[in-house]
This record gives sequence, structure tokens and C-alpha cells, in this order.
Amino acid sequence: MIEPKTRATRARTLHLNVNGKRVAAKAEPRMLLSDFLRHELGLTGTHVGCEHGVCGCCTILYNGVPIRSCLMLAVQARGSRIVTVEGLANEDGSLHPIQQAFLDCHGLQCGFCTPGFLMATYAFLKEHSALRMTDEEIRVAIAGNLCRCTGYQGIVRAVRQAAQTMKK
Amino acid sequence: MKPAAFAYYEPTTKAEALELLGELRWGAKVLAGGQSLVPMMNMRLAKPEAIIDINRVKELAYIKEAEAGLMIGALTRQRAIERSRVVKKRSPLLAEAILFVGHPPIRSRGSVGGSLAHADPAAELPAVLLALDGWVHATGPSGTRRIPAAELFVGPLLTSLQPDELLTEAWFPFLPPGTGTAFLEVTRRHGDFALVGVAACLTIDQQGICTRAAVALLGAGETQVRSAQAEACLVGYQMDGQAIEAAAAAAMASLEPVGDIHGSPEYRKQVAGVLTRRALGIAWGRARRRSQL
Ligand SMILES: Cc1cc2nc3c(=O)[nH]c(=O)nc-3n(C[C@H](O)[C@H](O)[C@H](O)COP(=O)(O)OP(=O)(O)OC[C@H]3O[C@@H](n4cnc5c(N)ncnc54)[C@H](O)[C@@H]3O)c2cc1C
Ligand code: FES
Ligand code: FES
Repeated sequence: MIEPKTRATRARTLHLNVNGKRVAAKAEPRMLLSDFLRHELGLTGTHVGCEHGVCGCCTILYNGVPIRSCLMLAVQARGSRIVTVEGLANEDGSLHPIQQAFLDCHGLQCGFCTPGFLMATYAFLKEHSALRMTDEEIRVAIAGNLCRCTGYQGIVRAVRQAAQTMKK
Repeated sequence: MKPAAFAYYEPTTKAEALELLGELRWGAKVLAGGQSLVPMMNMRLAKPEAIIDINRVKELAYIKEAEAGLMIGALTRQRAIERSRVVKKRSPLLAEAILFVGHPPIRSRGSVGGSLAHADPAAELPAVLLALDGWVHATGPSGTRRIPAAELFVGPLLTSLQPDELLTEAWFPFLPPGTGTAFLEVTRRHGDFALVGVAACLTIDQQGICTRAAVALLGAGETQVRSAQAEACLVGYQMDGQAIEAAAAAAMASLEPVGDIHGSPEYRKQVAGVLTRRALGIAWGRARRRSQL
């Protein structure tokens, strides 16, 4: 039997794992995952630039893969594992090597795009060996993220530095 | 930039998804990767009353090798195509084209069926399906039918799928030995939809005569189109640079692209000709290497 429409529009409680912690919160079906993270869970590190998939600011890891959180409904994330930019730094507040590299290499100015770049870089470096990486490959890996400030040179350097420090 | 309210359904089997589609019909939209539908909902260009989310229908995601071609489940992610050994080996055109679809985070979610059902006139996968003479399977209340690529794409964002039909599978046929393929496109930025692009296939026999040719263009009309005029300059002829020049000129002449702020009709036409010439040249080289001429 098909659920009546009135019930199918109602908010529901979602249980999921965010940055290693189990959380539960309510969401209507139309709530975007990006808004759920920011407004329901208070994780405002995930930025929202365009809300149509183009800028990459809202990139997070969903069950280990990088996705746009503005193009996913919160209800779809029920039971999933999510990593946001808040999940990168260590418990003691020390920076993740990728964050450190962006700081060292002037990979950010205003910082609006940075959470998306950090998450895209994180996803990329989980899979790629630093030694065989060309500049071209780095540029392709982060091509889905837009930055209006830096001119990208510092970002590309940061990705390379992060790859090297993470290798050690 | 927030979607309007809708009723949300989350089937876990194909049968359940079909039952929902049959029941809800016009008001409902299938949600696959959401990489086209959710932006449209965010901008309120689409306001479906109900969403049938097929992401938990695992039986719709697979890549299978059959005798005639690759059978690809509708929910197979574009990223899975990109990473598949069998796609690389058996359908090099598909493997080459998939890298032009958006970016890794888009391809992690975006599906093969979604791309075909969405039918953006500048999308890559419809052009590949057309160039290979592929088809899709669609299932509705009255059973499953096979829709050839040439009959699937009807207009911009318009297919011949019925509102209560689910696209379940796409077939990407294998081409005979002696075939070379190539995919090229021009975009404003990396990963954007193409301004113009081309999928080219050439099959040559032992004497170097072209026995099959496909020139499928994207971004150059209301839908992806095969240029019959260009193909007529190739099939039955000895392959050489002149045949390719003639085909490129014919492709250009056969098009009536629409212009927008990113490119005028004249520009798109010109680029279509240039890309056709280059793609056919590459495909020819690959065909020769395969047939050891
Ligand atoms: C920034 C960005 C860049 C992009 N660049 C490109 C690009 O360069 N080239 C390109 O081709 N695409 C591009 N895309 C679009 C992307 O490839 C989408 O994934 C694709 O168009 C739709 O697939 P989807 O699985 O996300 O479908 P959805 O968005 O979920 O659905 C799209 C449409 O198809 C229907 N549908 C989906 N699955 C089925 C089914 N099985 N049966 C019946 N109907 C179905 C839906 O109801 C909806 O109308 C881009 C997207 C973004 C956000
Ligand atoms: S806010 Fe999600 S991609 Fe721009
Ligand atoms: S640092 Fe300002 S947008 Fe990238």
C-alpha cells in the first residue's frame, strides 16, 4: 500500500553519523542536507554559495565519497556516515595537514570557498599517491570548486604540500 | 533557493518504485542522482508534488557485459562508469566521454539513467548512446519496452518516456573490430556542459574502406543529433584526409544550432565543424591501429 501523501510530506527524525558522532534531528523532506548540517546540527563550516551545484563550497563526504550537500535532501542521508570540514582538525584543535598546507601556501583569502576545497582535497588525497601527481591532475581534482580570491596558484601548491606531508 | 514541499517516497525495490510511479503519475518525479533535478527544485523551476527516490533500489545499479554490448543499470553512478575496467576495455567511447560530465563530486551522485532521462541537449551520454546506436529499456504499467536512442531524445529536456515509465537500463552496443572512436568538446570552464561536442565512430575494413560511421553532435541543436550528411561522406569510401574534410564540412552545413550568451549559432557551427574534423581524424588513427592496416 502506498503511504498517503499527507504522511509522506511530514518531518521525520533522522539518525546518522556526522564526524564520528551519532546524531539525531528532525527534517522535512524538502530540507537540503546543507541546511540540515548548518541549521539543525549547527555545523556552519559547510558553506552555501550557489545552491545549484556549481560553486563546490558545500562539498562534504557522504559514505566516503565527495558530494554537494546542496544537491542532496537531508532525508536521503538517513543512516549514512558524513564528514564535514569540522571533522578535519584533531580533537586538541591542531590542524589537519590539509588545513595546515592551505595556511602555509596562501591557499585562502576570504575563506568562503575553503571548506569545499578542503573536503575536495581530502577526498582526492585519500585515493591518489602524492609522488605521481601532476599539476594537471590536481587542477582537475579541484576544478569543481570555485574561488573568487586566490587565483588558485596557492591552492594547487597547498594540495601538493598536503599530499607530501600526509605521505610521511 | 529552497525546494517547495513535496511528498517523499523511498522504495527499495524496482517493483515498489513502479507501483508508486503508476499511482502518482503526473505529479511525481523520479529522483536519481539529483544533480539536475535538485538544482531545478532549488530554483523552483520544478515543483513536483511527490518525489520517488530510487537511490535505495540497489537492483538498478550494475554494469554487465553481454554479447552485444554493455548493459548498464539506470542508477549506476557516472563515477562507477569512469572507474570500470570493462567500460574502458569494451566501450572506449563511453569511457572517454564520461570524464567530460561535470566534476568528481557530481559524478559520485549523477547516474547514467538520470543523464539520459534528463536529456540536456549539451549532455555527453545521450550523444554516446546515439553514436553507438544504443537503446534503453523503460518499464511502465503495461510492461517493458525498448526505446532506440534515436527515438528517445525528443527536444530540450524532453524524452519519449511516459510519466509512469521508469528508465531501467541502457545498452551501449559493442562496435566491430576495425573501429576507432573519439570524443571531443569545447566548454567555457572545465566540467561545464559543452558549448559544442562530438562523438565520432569509424569502422574500416582491411582495404581501408569505411563500413560504418557515426557523427553525433551535442550542444548544436534541440537535441543531440547524428549528422547523416557527414556519415554519407564516409561510408563506402576509401578513408583519407579528404573524406574527413568533406564529412566535417557536411556536418557543419547540416546543423542549425541555437545561440545564447556563451556562443552564437555561427560560432557553434564553426566549432562543430572543427571538432568533427579532429574527432574523425583521431577515430581513424585508432581504427587503423586496431585493424593493423
Ligand atoms: C555543476 C554541474 C555540472 C554538470 N555538468 C554536466 C556536464 O558537463 N555534462 C552532463 O551531461 N551533465 C552534467 N551535469 C548533470 C549531471 O550529469 C546529472 O547527473 C545528470 O544530468 C542527471 O542525472 P541524475 O542521476 O543526477 O538525475 P536526477 O537529477 O535525479 O534526475 C534528472 C531527471 O531525470 C529523471 N530521471 C532520473 N532517473 C530516471 C529514471 N531511471 N527513469 C525515469 N526518469 C528518471 C528525473 O525525474 C529528472 O527529471 C552537471 C551537474 C552539475 C550540478
Ligand atoms: S552551494 Fe552547493 S555547490 Fe554551491
Ligand atoms: S578565498 Fe575567497 S573565495 Fe576562495
